[in-house]
Amino acid sequence: MRAISCIAVNVFRESVRDRVPYNLALFAVLLIGSSFFLGQLTAGQDVKIIKDLGLAATAIFGLFIAIFIGIGLVSKEVERRSIYALLAKPISRPQLVLGKYAGLVLTLAVNVAVMTVAQFAVLAYLTWTIDPAVRAAWDAPGVDPALLKAIALIFVELMLITALALFFSTFSTPMLSAALTFGLYLVGHFNADLRNFEVAVNSRTAARLARGLYHVLPDLSAFDVKTQVVHGLPVPAGYIALTTAYGALYIALLLLIATFIFSRRDFK
Amino acid sequence: MTNRSAAGASHRAGPSATVFGIATAAVLAAAIGLQVARDRAYQQRERETERILYLRSGDTARRLAFDFDALAADTYWIRAIQHYGGDRLAVNRARKYELLFPLLDLTTTLDPYFTIAYRFGAIFLSEPAPGGPGRPDLAIQLLQKGLVAQPQKWQYFHDIAFVNYWHLRDFKTAAQWFHRAGDQPNAPNWLKPLAAGMLAAGNDRASARLLWTQILDSDQEWLRRTATRSLEQLNALDGIDQLQEILRRFPPAPGTPFSWGDLSRRRILGDVPRDPSGTPFELDPTTGKVSVSKASPLWPMPSLGS
Repeated sequence: MRAISCIAVNVFRESVRDRVPYNLALFAVLLIGSSFFLGQLTAGQDVKIIKDLGLAATAIFGLFIAIFIGIGLVSKEVERRSIYALLAKPISRPQLVLGKYAGLVLTLAVNVAVMTVAQFAVLAYLTWTIDPAVRAAWDAPGVDPALLKAIALIFVELMLITALALFFSTFSTPMLSAALTFGLYLVGHFNADLRNFEVAVNSRTAARLARGLYHVLPDLSAFDVKTQVVHGLPVPAGYIALTTAYGALYIALLLLIATFIFSRRDFK
Repeated sequence: MTNRSAAGASHRAGPSATVFGIATAAVLAAAIGLQVARDRAYQQRERETERILYLRSGDTARRLAFDFDALAADTYWIRAIQHYGGDRLAVNRARKYELLFPLLDLTTTLDPYFTIAYRFGAIFLSEPAPGGPGRPDLAIQLLQKGLVAQPQKWQYFHDIAFVNYWHLRDFKTAAQWFHRAGDQPNAPNWLKPLAAGMLAAGNDRASARLLWTQILDSDQEWLRRTATRSLEQLNALDGIDQLQEILRRFPPAPGTPFSWGDLSRRRILGDVPRDPSGTPFELDPTTGKVSVSKASPLWPMPSLGS
């Protein structure tokens, strides 16, 4: 456990050295700039749009961090040949993979936390400056704790994408890993269509295959509750718990396969 | 070794930070100057290409947007407002508003809970030219789409009733929709009496005034503006009735045309009467019919009884 945490902290430090936190400044500028301009353009919908924009930016920035850092976690060590020095230390290969994963998840957690604070600060400012009569007509309060539900599921989705990127990086090149991870990200968002494929095709075999793929491929659209949260619609706690548990199991599966592949890999 | 370090030193001893800063500022200032000069010399015409909507299928847009459909909806919402505002303020071209419905349709497909997009459509798609495309049918279509997403939203029932009442002059259908609006959860208690009154009186200004006064309390500034204008139109209709009555009681001498000047000279009116926007009323010299001027911001007027 100590070995995993040491590797995780080092991955986090490396991401700071790689100037990953710069995206936080960009996020802050984007939100503050938007809050200034949107009031003029949106016919009173600025708070809704700031929420949409903040949640989308959290997801997009996190996606880029998860993919572009995730694909290099293992392959970079192999390319630099630093893997030999690492494996000579008293750490097992599964510990290395899990430590790398935990480090990137820590980086993402810090990013998401700072973005959440920035978003709530901008929303609090807007809520404070807007006429109470206008505020009373909003679908949901400006500073709405329910936003945390959407952010929590975004974070679980990012953890899953990180696991995907790490999984591919254990046996593939960075470019191919990026392409495969992004491809699965896209497929994961259309996955729900496969569930009802029998409506679109006559072939029972094709329908069964589609249903099988629906279960095997990651169902990423389930993690998206942004619209409901922004409009103040209920998102049941049971749904969040089940989706989070699904994400955790899928992550465990990917890490299991990744450690298995990495343990058997020959670096000679 | 000495030569190499000397070369390194000469490389580092390039332009100083101050010179670099001044040069950068000078080049940027020159670029801005050229841009301003070009814009002054070649006034850009309104580009027709901006009026193209490449993507019209909401389902395709939703697929292309992945997880970010709400953000895509916001983009189309902003574009709908820009399109409406651009056409409404247009001086040198026809005000067609031809993209207003497709843009609002895309917005509401991407985000089916975007209440204000449905309500904006209800008001402005129905508005007759030049203030809108004059398509109450599309306004109702959009609101019915909203009812599929939120079947208990009393505001959509109210807006369908309103379009039927104000634009289609179908008082019976309007009363039915007002009644259904009153049946929804959290509906205000004035809806059912309004429906009953409308069934009884139909084409009356009192119902219209009550409706617009309720809309005047809206949190949306553009709705309040529309309500203010409509209430002014109702006041103008009242003013026309009073003037017609004066003209009936004090007609001009036989063979003389109707004119405000004649009434002023006879000290029946003090000055040329004006509508609530401050524009003088028009008076037909032959028939003596009073109307709101086409130059008035209140034109075109609704057709309502007394």
